[in-house]
Amino acid sequence: MPKNPDIKKVLVIGSGPIIIGQAAEFDYAGTQACRSLKEEGIEVVLLNSNPATIMTDKDIADRVYIEPLTTEVVEQLILKEKPDSVLPTLGGQAGLNLAMELEEAGFLKANNVRLIGTTAQTIKKAEDRLEFKETMEKIGEPVAPSKVVENIQDGIAFTNTIGYPVVLRPAYTLGGSGGGIAHNEEELVEILGNGLRLSRVGQVLVERCIAGWKEIEYEVMRDSAGNVITVCNMENIDPVGVHTGDSIVVAPSQTLGDKEYQMLRTSALNIITELGITGGCNVQYALHPTSFEYCVIEVNPRVSRSSALASKATGYPIAKVAAKIALGYTLDEIKNAVTKKTYASFEPMLDYCVVKMPRLPFDKFISAKRTLGTQMKATGEVMSICTNFEGALMKAIRSLEQHVDCLMSYDFTHLTDDQLDEMLHRVDDRRIWVIAEALRRGVSYERIHDITKIDIWFIDKLAVIVEMENALKAAGEAVKAGTPAPEALSEDLLREAKRIEFPDNVISRLTGIPQDQVKALRYERGIRAAYKMVDTCAAEFAAETPYYYSIFDGENEAAASHDRKKVLVLGSGPIRIGQGIEFDFCSVHSTWAFSREGYETIIVNNNPETVSTDFDIADKLYFEPLTPEDVESIVDVEKPDGAVVQFGGQTAIKLTEALIKMGVPILGTAAEDVDAAEDRERFDEILEKCQIPRPAGETVFTAEEAKAAAHRLGYPVLVRPSYVLGGQGMQIAINDQDIDEFIGIINQIAQEHPILVDKYIMGKELEVDAICDGQDILIPGIMEHIERTGVHSGDSISVYPAYNITEKNVETIVDYTKKLATALHVKGMINIQFIVDGDDVYIIEVNPRSSRTVPYISKVTGIPIVPLATQIICGHTIRELGYTPGLQPKADYYAIKMPVFSFEKIRGADVNLGPEMKSTGECLGIAKTFNEALYKAFQGAGIKLPKYKNMIITVRDQDKEEVIPIAKRFAALGYRIFATRGTAKALNDAGVKAIAVRKIEQESPNILDLVLGHEIDVIIDIPHQGAERSHDGFIIRRNAIETGVNVLTSLDTAGALVTSMENKAKQLTLIDIAKI
Amino acid sequence: MKAYLILEDGTVFTGVSIGSSREVISEIVFNTSMTGYLEVLTDPSYAGQAVVMTYPLIGNYGICREDMESLKPWPDGYIVRELSRIPSNFRSEDTIQHFLEENDIPGICGIDTRALTKILREKGTMNGMITTKVYDDLSEPIARMKEYRVTGVVNATTTKEKYVLPGEGKKVALLDLGAKKNIARSLNERGCQVTVYPAHTTAEEILASNPDGIMLSNGPGDPAENVEIIQEIKKLYDSNVPIFAICLGHQLMALATGASTYKLKYGHRGGNHPVKDLETGRVYISSQNHGYAVDADTLDPKVAQQAFVNVNDGTNEGLKYVGKNIFTVQYHPEACPGPQDSSYLFDRFIKMMEVNR
Repeated sequence: MPKNPDIKKVLVIGSGPIIIGQAAEFDYAGTQACRSLKEEGIEVVLLNSNPATIMTDKDIADRVYIEPLTTEVVEQLILKEKPDSVLPTLGGQAGLNLAMELEEAGFLKANNVRLIGTTAQTIKKAEDRLEFKETMEKIGEPVAPSKVVENIQDGIAFTNTIGYPVVLRPAYTLGGSGGGIAHNEEELVEILGNGLRLSRVGQVLVERCIAGWKEIEYEVMRDSAGNVITVCNMENIDPVGVHTGDSIVVAPSQTLGDKEYQMLRTSALNIITELGITGGCNVQYALHPTSFEYCVIEVNPRVSRSSALASKATGYPIAKVAAKIALGYTLDEIKNAVTKKTYASFEPMLDYCVVKMPRLPFDKFISAKRTLGTQMKATGEVMSICTNFEGALMKAIRSLEQHVDCLMSYDFTHLTDDQLDEMLHRVDDRRIWVIAEALRRGVSYERIHDITKIDIWFIDKLAVIVEMENALKAAGEAVKAGTPAPEALSEDLLREAKRIEFPDNVISRLTGIPQDQVKALRYERGIRAAYKMVDTCAAEFAAETPYYYSIFDGENEAAASHDRKKVLVLGSGPIRIGQGIEFDFCSVHSTWAFSREGYETIIVNNNPETVSTDFDIADKLYFEPLTPEDVESIVDVEKPDGAVVQFGGQTAIKLTEALIKMGVPILGTAAEDVDAAEDRERFDEILEKCQIPRPAGETVFTAEEAKAAAHRLGYPVLVRPSYVLGGQGMQIAINDQDIDEFIGIINQIAQEHPILVDKYIMGKELEVDAICDGQDILIPGIMEHIERTGVHSGDSISVYPAYNITEKNVETIVDYTKKLATALHVKGMINIQFIVDGDDVYIIEVNPRSSRTVPYISKVTGIPIVPLATQIICGHTIRELGYTPGLQPKADYYAIKMPVFSFEKIRGADVNLGPEMKSTGECLGIAKTFNEALYKAFQGAGIKLPKYKNMIITVRDQDKEEVIPIAKRFAALGYRIFATRGTAKALNDAGVKAIAVRKIEQESPNILDLVLGHEIDVIIDIPHQGAERSHDGFIIRRNAIETGVNVLTSLDTAGALVTSMENKAKQLTLIDIAKI
Repeated sequence: MKAYLILEDGTVFTGVSIGSSREVISEIVFNTSMTGYLEVLTDPSYAGQAVVMTYPLIGNYGICREDMESLKPWPDGYIVRELSRIPSNFRSEDTIQHFLEENDIPGICGIDTRALTKILREKGTMNGMITTKVYDDLSEPIARMKEYRVTGVVNATTTKEKYVLPGEGKKVALLDLGAKKNIARSLNERGCQVTVYPAHTTAEEILASNPDGIMLSNGPGDPAENVEIIQEIKKLYDSNVPIFAICLGHQLMALATGASTYKLKYGHRGGNHPVKDLETGRVYISSQNHGYAVDADTLDPKVAQQAFVNVNDGTNEGLKYVGKNIFTVQYHPEACPGPQDSSYLFDRFIKMMEVNR
């Protein structure tokens, strides 16, 4: 069936800010789909509140609206743009829900807009628990028996019919709180009772427990003619019980025979057919490990994280094909973009093994529980490809950038056997390391399997890795005993170690042979990485899209080409707090710009969720870890003319030194200048030379030195490790005790670089991204943070243009920026953060690279910062490119970037804001006025108030004066204010009515009961700084977050929120940023 | 022990010997299925060939004997990248290593199977040798390789004796040309009483049993070689008994009715081939294993018309016979290994038999 000619203008809804469970995969899918639509001559209108995405670029869609994802906005947008169709299945759950609300309200029909792709009816059949169950029963597909109960008796009666154990899931509680697994009636009564109490609607789902079964997923596609295919299946190494987003996943399945594989494949096709999906769909199964019994866990009638993974694992572009299907094409009419010979109506065949590992944020939230369960906690993921499982796993591990490079990276040698056994029972992110230790101690496969339920095939593969560690250790012993290194590390041993992807540094560590010698031995013996192509068809057809992975046991397919100048673009690895999707935006734009400059482009990255790892972004894609050795192997084959590191965040910057050693020129700012910005002493010299002040500070190595420095500077001081991103480990210390604690933490995260101690200055924080060509600078704009210093810039509300500084401040900022960029010989991007205190302007931080704010500031100023910077790196000048140097005129708009957090997902994480970044994503509010922009920004972040008009205020003594006007304004909006005793007294004394509530340790009803009563809109809770954090405050904030209360830990944020509520706009003005 | 795979073009792959260490010359073909290695090994259509598995990890779930598609493995040799050290599946009874040894199948592992596949793709299927012997001069073994032809394989694989799978429904005569078990099983599961005949049974004998339908199975080798069987099939064609044919059976029916077959460059072997039903436009993902195909240009449109074509390369995948209750497919609706999407064809056959009554 050819394209439906009635579809001319399509509204695509994105997924909004990045939160845990909804990350960059939707930017990847959305971008691919928009490009696919445009290819067909369709006019694309895009709505997404996330400014860091590539999809919200004018290159990707014809009209781009970075507006809150609310029904009001979509309605208004439809009236304004009059699209004929809405494509709702590309924006994750957020986009899908929005489209469904409009469909159900009859709005779409009334305005002659159709949903394309999957119909509303289908979505409902897949998403509604009851309808889904009925549909599955109709076609004989088993689901785990379950029932919603409202009292304990019914729970017991139902469980008796299905048997223990059962899973209990309270309805409408976040983070799965109150749920659990009951193995007997006693546990059932306890957990069920608790769950019923916590559930807002007094309902708990009782379900047969399938924990421990194999978790298998299929990615399926269907077109309107009813053709169905599976793109790929995937097996979770962690059995059912761990969210697939937090599981280590392998593709294709490894432990299923053809009978099991085809049984589930047929089931998945039956399901997609019955649901009538047109597009992509993900079906999750639980498969009994010792029978053919299975249950359908869930169906996602849209693109998902798994579909992004499946696309990257197979080369099959699911989102692109789904978009074409939505236009009416059938699978056999759509060309396979990888082979360009075959069609989309085939099933990819892999001749390699893919491993995905989650990037968990426990290095950021050290107080959080590491336990993994049904609530996803990972912020991102890495993928790796190899011809064997061991190699793929080893590559995935080192791609994580969490100071892990092998199965010895978490040390459990100190545990007793009993403790180790207990650790095996614990399901957390270090489980494979615990299993490795158990294998080292000779614990049997059966025992490990009995405890973990992980299939013994995977356990055996971990054992292969452990055996290699032992063999290398034995070689090391031999060397110590006098055997020459080349003999001890024999060719066979070295070849095998490399086949399963032991990096040289680990081989060196295990054998005691210096890393250079290991490498020399390898080269002598011709043991070098070779590259194979991901071609969707296991080499059956010649493929044209060069998408490569490394192996050590075969011939090289990556033909080096040298007809054009060649640039290596280093990506930014997994999405983590502090290094998110914005660096992918920069990498992709830089790649495109290099391409326009006539370069051949090569991207190296390992993040399957991103646009940069789509097969047609660069001329070549290497899906590889971003370590010096892995990059060097690529350099050996490709011999690039240069590498660009300033767009890939800290991941790429960290490779600078290694690249220089390999003889690869760094394009743009020289490596030594990059280093000068990071090295405290050299940077201080530059500041002194430029006569630019910074908060006084010192570089130290020990806690003692830090305390001495703090005394010289005077508390409070800012303590942080150098060379980190997102303020990791950064804290404000108010006394010696804090310093001891913080330095302890910093040392835990394997700090090799010095520690910085700076005087903490309270003032306005400002930020600038600039481009420098060595002569002139271009400043697109100045951003001002709403929160004062002390809150990480990534967690602050950022306003462009700066709204609250003097002309003199502006001049100083421009002057300092120019001086610094010149002194650091910047060629390309620079990011500077300032503190403004009256007329004084201080420098806090300089990053000679692209920053988090670049996508946002590019979009709101209309200045293509990354392409410009890239052109400058290629030798052009700002003037030559048609720009007048200096600060650019202010835009006619206010654009406010609002951080978005995922606190409810990470149990045990403290939510208070500080110098360490905690937000996972951001959204934008853009409008003609500051107030409207602020209102939109809060809306975009999902803060839609008022609801119940109840709030709690609890602040420190020093904040009481400042909180009064804010409380007054809330009261004026009709808010009933509850406050802890001291705060209540201060408010009442000032004439603001406040109801005093009891503290948490006092008898009920106390403040905690109030929070759990589900009727509080906001809590303003200013915690004490430093280590003196009150435990009560922590409990209150956690409970508030988990019951969906907005928690504000900065008075500046609170002030902004009340401003936005006072200026609630009746009608929003929607702005097409493609026209800016 | 080291083993070598030598191709007739002189390419040598060095790996490790698996299974039997005896030397073997065979036609080298590749299969892209990611699961179902035992079904592949026991598919009689591989008689006379050595199979390369493009999926690199083989043997993960061991040997589940009930999944065997015939009584023994048929390939002359087995070529893989890596064999799993341990099998892991609740039904596993044996390891693949032991299975190969027990059946005296020589093989090689630890070679770059992707590089090998690319050679076969670019140059076409060719002969090769798996050996543990070191040859200083390759010309002698290459000369032997060049002489090798796949012949007499239908005789080798067909059942020696006629046998019956009892059933209450339609009576089907299955001509075993090297049949996979699941063809008979698929019919039997649908209630048919299936009588399996050796390949050289005469048409008269089959028709004398008065079957409701005749099933021509898959099988190995060059279809044109089976001159006598083709003559018998022509008689079956004339009989007006409904006929359904798969793979070699499909090719023989085409040959019996005047069309010709040709050898594909490197065949279709795997579980991902899209075939399009020309009548409905629907595309099905199919299980395939064939090195030859019916030349659609040689069809007499008054006799047979294309019913299915391969979406990738446009080759013929199925025929319907004009004015006859006969339809034949090149691919494998019985699956095992591979997608079960086309199992509805067995239902169609049964319906055809019912209507014919």
